[in-house]
Amino acid sequence: MSFLPYAVAVWICLVGLYGVVTSRHLVHTIICLSVVQSSTYVLLLAVGYRKDSVAPVFIDIPRDTPAVDPVVQALTLTDVVVGGAVTALLLAIAVQIEKHLDTLDPDELDPLRD
Amino acid sequence: METAPARRPGELSFEARRRLFLVGAVGLAALLLSGLSGLPDYRDVTPLYGQVINGVAVEERSTTAVVTAVNFDYRGFDTLGEEFILFAAALVLVLLLRRLGEERRGRLDRLPRHRHTTSAAVRLTCVALVGPTVLLAIYITMHGHLTPGGGFQGGVIAATALLLVYLGSDYATMRRLRPMALVETAKAAGAGSFVLIGVAGLIVAGSFLENFLPLGTPGELVSAGTIPLLSLAVGIEVAGAFVLLLSEFLDQLLVIRRKRGGGA
Repeated sequence: MSFLPYAVAVWICLVGLYGVVTSRHLVHTIICLSVVQSSTYVLLLAVGYRKDSVAPVFIDIPRDTPAVDPVVQALTLTDVVVGGAVTALLLAIAVQIEKHLDTLDPDELDPLRD
Repeated sequence: METAPARRPGELSFEARRRLFLVGAVGLAALLLSGLSGLPDYRDVTPLYGQVINGVAVEERSTTAVVTAVNFDYRGFDTLGEEFILFAAALVLVLLLRRLGEERRGRLDRLPRHRHTTSAAVRLTCVALVGPTVLLAIYITMHGHLTPGGGFQGGVIAATALLLVYLGSDYATMRRLRPMALVETAKAAGAGSFVLIGVAGLIVAGSFLENFLPLGTPGELVSAGTIPLLSLAVGIEVAGAFVLLLSEFLDQLLVIRRKRGGGA
């Protein structure tokens, strides 16, 4: 069980990759990519976890209470923000692909067309 | 799966591609798992750097939410970069989704009114939730240094309030509530004031983003020096960026129409 969160992160990453490879629709591809990315959240938070600890918020608890790592939590926040920006940009590109080529099926996107 | 599109020479079929991936995935899984198996038991790790910050943040920065202290103070410079990633992404999105030469704007009064399709219960709930959502956004942004939250979270919540207006009424109403010039100015002002607060730290306290305001008592609303101000700047910028994102996508869906006979 000591390995479980890391294994879960690997599993989420691979499931997302499977979705990207077998995708038939670009919006589905983009969502799968954000599934791949969410594996990093699990990995980061697992690295920062500590047994018998609380969240690093000391407003109503003594200041020496053991708390989990705040640094990786801040990194996860960065991760989420960057993930949102990437997803928004990819969706905008998908909108333009649909407009220009009338399809969202990656198999129909021929690099040599036009 | 109906008829697959015609394959070009040398291209793998869907099934072959899937099988090839499964072979690769087994290898990748083995690599990742063997790499991660070197990590210690996740329950026993004592995060050293995290422990140091947990120990000193409340004293040093008067901030009870240590994640916020890391974001807006210890890693403040990284957050500046993070904020500008979002800023640049929103700019590029506006550029990508601009009205192209062969497109024209549809007339707003010809839009299908959502009034007829949305039930009264949904509309009422949405309109009733707009006020509390804005309040929650302000609360989350301004209490970031006391409890979990901060500018990034609060800004996204503020942008959802506009989405609730769209859901509860229609696009024309939402457009009236969304002065685009103000949104763009707020977004730029939010990003700019983060830099200005940093420069003020450089001038007053001697280094970029260094705190130069009184720290106050930990746990009080007015405390933690520049952290709540930076959080507010980020909140305004994120709210502006997300309102811009949502508006651009809704414009694509509802307003911009391809010219008859145009397109690919």
